Amino acid sequence: MSAATSPAPPLWLLAELTYRCPLQCPYCSNPVDFAHIKEELSTEQWLQVLQQGRAMGAAQLGFSGGEPLVRQDLEILVAEGRQLGYYTNLITSGMGLSRERIASLKQAGLDHIQLSFQDSDADINNYLAGSRKAFANKLEMAAAVKEFDYPMVVNFVLHRMNIDHIESILDLCVELGADYVELANTQYYGWAFHNRQQLLPTREQLQHAEAVTNAYRERLQERMKIYFVVPDYFEERPKPCMNGWGSIFLTIAPDGRALPCHSARVLPLDFPNVKTVPLQEIWYDSPGFNHFRGDEWMQEPCRSCPEKKKDFGGCRCQAYMLTGDASQADPVCSKSPHHHRVADVVAAAQETDPEVQPLLFRNPDNSRRLAVCGEDESPQDCGHR
Amino acid sequence: MMNPQLIPTLNRHFRLQWEPVQDAYVLLYPEGMVKLNHSAAEILRACDGERTIAEISTELQQRYPEVEDIDNDIDEFFEGATRNGWTRCECRD
Repeated sequence: MSAATSPAPPLWLLAELTYRCPLQCPYCSNPVDFAHIKEELSTEQWLQVLQQGRAMGAAQLGFSGGEPLVRQDLEILVAEGRQLGYYTNLITSGMGLSRERIASLKQAGLDHIQLSFQDSDADINNYLAGSRKAFANKLEMAAAVKEFDYPMVVNFVLHRMNIDHIESILDLCVELGADYVELANTQYYGWAFHNRQQLLPTREQLQHAEAVTNAYRERLQERMKIYFVVPDYFEERPKPCMNGWGSIFLTIAPDGRALPCHSARVLPLDFPNVKTVPLQEIWYDSPGFNHFRGDEWMQEPCRSCPEKKKDFGGCRCQAYMLTGDASQADPVCSKSPHHHRVADVVAAAQETDPEVQPLLFRNPDNSRRLAVCGEDESPQDCGHR
Repeated sequence: MMNPQLIPTLNRHFRLQWEPVQDAYVLLYPEGMVKLNHSAAEILRACDGERTIAEISTELQQRYPEVEDIDNDIDEFFEGATRNGWTRCECRD
């Protein structure tokens, strides 16, 4: 990176308050070794992070996790965030939410709630979430979110097991009065990476879901905005991940590690901790954040690619997870010499029976088991043990 | 063409805010942000839930007499803003 291109300020601050969560979704984006990261920033430390981020120019503030409602100081953090001028977003599973808490968050100034579901079918929802109460609880909380006049984003993570329910999923969203719907096809990081075989849909499933989504968009227009996040494994060109490394997004992990995205923890880079380094210095001066800014780091085929300013070579984490080298082109790209690593998995999904291997649920036991992967062992070889 | 007698209001879930670091007004909404250019910001700031599109046009024309065809610009702006869900237009009771 040259001095002439000083990075723009972060506009989005994602506060991952905790890795604790009552649910066990097998596509969770949290690191698989979360069980070993027990430390959490204190209320006071979070307040300082919010103040520093706002002073730097961040305007959107997301509270996520884990399940952010596990933190009993959430209301204090929301109130501070709102008072500082952030637009405050709560990204929640709805577990731990109650009418009382929705009311107190409203009073604290929370601007918006994003509520996630696992499926429109109660049994599958509860199976994936690992909780028999989850679905009923979510329905009740969705009604309360509307009652307290929050804008509501309803999020469904789509995969092989629920993608064919797309019509009933969208019907449910209409019924709940969602203002926005996020149909987020699973991205294969964290836990989802270990469950790729079971979660990857077939091409036909995907095309059907997209066609149904477009028909609902046509019918509902502005009444309910529907975002369909395409799964990049099916693309020929990579996504412009995070709109460029260290360009807009700043994530703070529960233990205070500052990251350019919530999955960057997997990379063999040194990311500073907000407990010891000011946010300003982390964003502008730390080697971790500067590592993949600009295009000096690129290898071929990215270096001479006419599209490098459009997609920034794709996702660094995906390049690392699939090739062992984070400066490779994202193998989603058909120009990548490693593209077959994606194409083979997609092809296998067309044929395999997803029931062959059981899902690996996201819970502390499995996390401790997976962390057995050695430092020098590439994650794709680690698999189920 | 929008009815100039409609009263535009900002979507109640959106927030219009001055951001010193960006040196611009921005529109904030669930998980999103739009940086506004000068004219878009001026129009949205005039949406007070009282004035009609016609009244907003007249006021902005007085403030910016050099702008030609301001009615048309404002009409186009509200068409787009309504389509994007930024504003809602209602009749006077």
